[in-house]
Amino acid sequence: MKKSKSLLLLLTLVLAVGTLLSACGSNEKNNANGGNNATSNSGDNAANSGEAKLAADQTLRINLSAEPPTFDPAQAQDSQANTVLKLMYEGLTRMDEAGEAQPAAAEKWDIDGTKYTFHLRKDAKWSNGDPVTANDFLFAWERVLSPNTTPAPPYAYQLYYLKNAQEYNEGKITDFSQVGVKAVDDYTLEVELTGPTPYFLGLTSFYTFFPVHQSVKNDDKWAVEASKMIVNGAFTLTEWTKGQTIDVTKNENYWDKDSIKLSKITMSLVNSGATELTSYKNGELDRAGHPNGEIPTDQIPILQKELKDELHVKGTASTYYYEFNVTAKPFDNAKIRKAFAMSIDRQAIVDKVTLGGQIPAFGFIPPGIKGVSEEFRTENKDDYFTENVEEAKKLLEEGMQEAGYTKLPEITLIYNSSEAHKKIALAAADMWKKNLGVDVKTENQEWAVFLENRRSLNYQIARAAWSADYNDPMTFIDMWTSNSGNNDSGFKNEEYDKLVNEAKSLEDNAKRNENFKKAEEILIKENQVLLPVYYYTNVSVEKPYLKGIVLDFSGAIDYTRAYLEDH
Amino acid sequence: MVRYIANKLLFMLISLFILISATFFLMKAIPGSPLTSEKQVPPAIQERLEEQLGLDKPVYQQYFKYLGDVVQGDFGISMKKINQDVSNIIGQTFSASLKLGLVAIVVAVIVGVLLGMLAALYHRKLIDNVAMVLAVLGIAVPSFVVASLLQYVFSSQLHWLPTMGFKGPMYYVLPVAALTAQPIAFIARLTRSSMLEVLHADYIKTAKAKGLSWLAILWRHVIRNGIMPVITYVGPMTANIVTGSVVIEQIFGIGGIGKQFVEAISTRDYPVIMGITIFYGILLMLARFLTDIAYMIVDPRVKVNKGKEG
Repeated sequence: MKKSKSLLLLLTLVLAVGTLLSACGSNEKNNANGGNNATSNSGDNAANSGEAKLAADQTLRINLSAEPPTFDPAQAQDSQANTVLKLMYEGLTRMDEAGEAQPAAAEKWDIDGTKYTFHLRKDAKWSNGDPVTANDFLFAWERVLSPNTTPAPPYAYQLYYLKNAQEYNEGKITDFSQVGVKAVDDYTLEVELTGPTPYFLGLTSFYTFFPVHQSVKNDDKWAVEASKMIVNGAFTLTEWTKGQTIDVTKNENYWDKDSIKLSKITMSLVNSGATELTSYKNGELDRAGHPNGEIPTDQIPILQKELKDELHVKGTASTYYYEFNVTAKPFDNAKIRKAFAMSIDRQAIVDKVTLGGQIPAFGFIPPGIKGVSEEFRTENKDDYFTENVEEAKKLLEEGMQEAGYTKLPEITLIYNSSEAHKKIALAAADMWKKNLGVDVKTENQEWAVFLENRRSLNYQIARAAWSADYNDPMTFIDMWTSNSGNNDSGFKNEEYDKLVNEAKSLEDNAKRNENFKKAEEILIKENQVLLPVYYYTNVSVEKPYLKGIVLDFSGAIDYTRAYLEDH
Repeated sequence: MVRYIANKLLFMLISLFILISATFFLMKAIPGSPLTSEKQVPPAIQERLEEQLGLDKPVYQQYFKYLGDVVQGDFGISMKKINQDVSNIIGQTFSASLKLGLVAIVVAVIVGVLLGMLAALYHRKLIDNVAMVLAVLGIAVPSFVVASLLQYVFSSQLHWLPTMGFKGPMYYVLPVAALTAQPIAFIARLTRSSMLEVLHADYIKTAKAKGLSWLAILWRHVIRNGIMPVITYVGPMTANIVTGSVVIEQIFGIGGIGKQFVEAISTRDYPVIMGITIFYGILLMLARFLTDIAYMIVDPRVKVNKGKEG
């Protein structure tokens, strides 16, 4: 008996020493980081005084939280595929940091109303040495739109801007030559659109518009094996171990290969924010966090202290909101919806719960989206309502009277299972309880179940988010039209639909923006169909020696021109 | 013997059929489909996709079609991973789980038996006590805690080992350690108790009296008899480890079959869910079957007709 006691003591001692040792370890690491920062600063100085030296090994190491389901640009529909496809393919244009379309496979273009003529560069080559021609684009776009492609490309509608494209895709016309795209010669592509689309140039940098090598025609499995992929971008796929790693290597046949400094990018596929961050701190990754992964929220305050210089926060054009089912009690009453929207403290949620420097939202169109000459949100303030508890109480009372309640029916807020969403939901429920005296139950649901419930209007209030498909307010506004497949609120408003339809045919951008502003007013100020919470930010950690990454307005990332400085 | 095996095989086929049917209908009963996504696809495209994937047909028709395909050995194509064969996905992800699993099993058996033996030989001495405290800890602490702790100490703090990935021998160390903590503890306890029993048996005394060397006794009598219960345990453990631990694979970023299975379920990738379920079913049934046979060979006291409850 006595023996076992002394044994316990020994064990305790071992544990205590172990803890101490690991604590020492962490101190050491902080020092090491301090050292790193110092060198990176001097590196920056060197950059200012002249060219910083490139690291000898130009291998970039990143992590993707999910494996892209496909490397076929026609079939892709997720942000991870977006990252990888951008490395391997090049569209007619390429997005720069400011969100402007830059020449890529197309050297220059002429725009005449709805007619675009792209002049392709003559030195562009596929990774097997074949020239990239206008016919490759034609082939790829026909493949996306053809009703015979299996499986049907889900993003075919991204090409519906082309004249007759939708009709061809839906099988109403069978002759592809009637669709608004034509290869005039090997290096000239002529495109005709259905209506004025100020953001069309930007769209051509999107993966659904990427060219595809014509050899894929008779091979279903071409995008499944690394060895079979022929690409026209800065990198080629050299290794793909399913579920484990994706490696791309510099494409020596790429026309602009002199601007590509990275020799290789290795991507691990780990779906755990905690592991990703540990790995970054251990020096196995050069970058972690959005948009390819996610830094756990509880780690952000620690990073702010420990790795302040490596932590980056940047706005991204997406909105986090709660949507009301306007056909379900009690939210079929606008005043009750308004009362709910006015009685949560967004700043507190952002400061104490999400911690990622998000911006409290009072509108639906986020910053970062282009307006007439500046950002839409700068030109049109989101002052559609304010947080005001007294006013909210009054509205709730009026609303309850209108609807004839003495007591509100039971209310449940649903969200898809995630620690972050849970925290926000609990905070909001707490605020409604405190400010309005209303009990709101919160319920988490598995992703697909959640989407199914939201789509079939089987909810009262639900978490939602929307991100930009292209840089124009339209991508946010047209989802709330009466027959939009993405409108899960039950909201139907003729005037709203009219404004959107009109905007689709307007050529004058100032007038279009007026319509968007009016539409947003109807959506939020008048009807409060949704309760905006915040505008998203990209939170990431990046080694100080990693340079040249382009993070565009929507939070999509382009690593092609990145490089590593000597460190 | 032949009749016994034939019987077993028949039962396995019936179990497999029940497994397939139950999984298929349960899977279809969950809300959502492989086509569920946050950004809605236009109805025309959605309908065409459903038609191409056969999701527009009544469930029973889909079921019979699937059964027909499986009987012919066709596990279909993933509905999420475009144009990838299910059998290919299983093969690739299983190979990672298998590699990790085999190493883990070997480590677990060697370390576990050694620890148990030491504990038995030094019964009620310090080594015994330390080993048994470790064993209790090993059984009590869940693997995800062990995994995170190991990761924290050896990668995050000491920088000795990589955090994630599966690229070389160094990448095996942490996941194997996390994966084997529990089996090691279990095997150590099993070995210890059965060895203690053997050590006190009469034939050991006889052997000693005959003047055999201690090492010879240990090797020829004690270990051989003491290890019997471990064999019983190794069968199910092998099946268990080789099918991939979701938690370990997730934490260490190993693209194994466990992780793939969970991913398939959450994306409603029907053919992959079915494929992996069938694969797991066969694997587990085979493991039990082989254990039964192995037991019959090792221990003739086990009668053929006794194995019926399996």
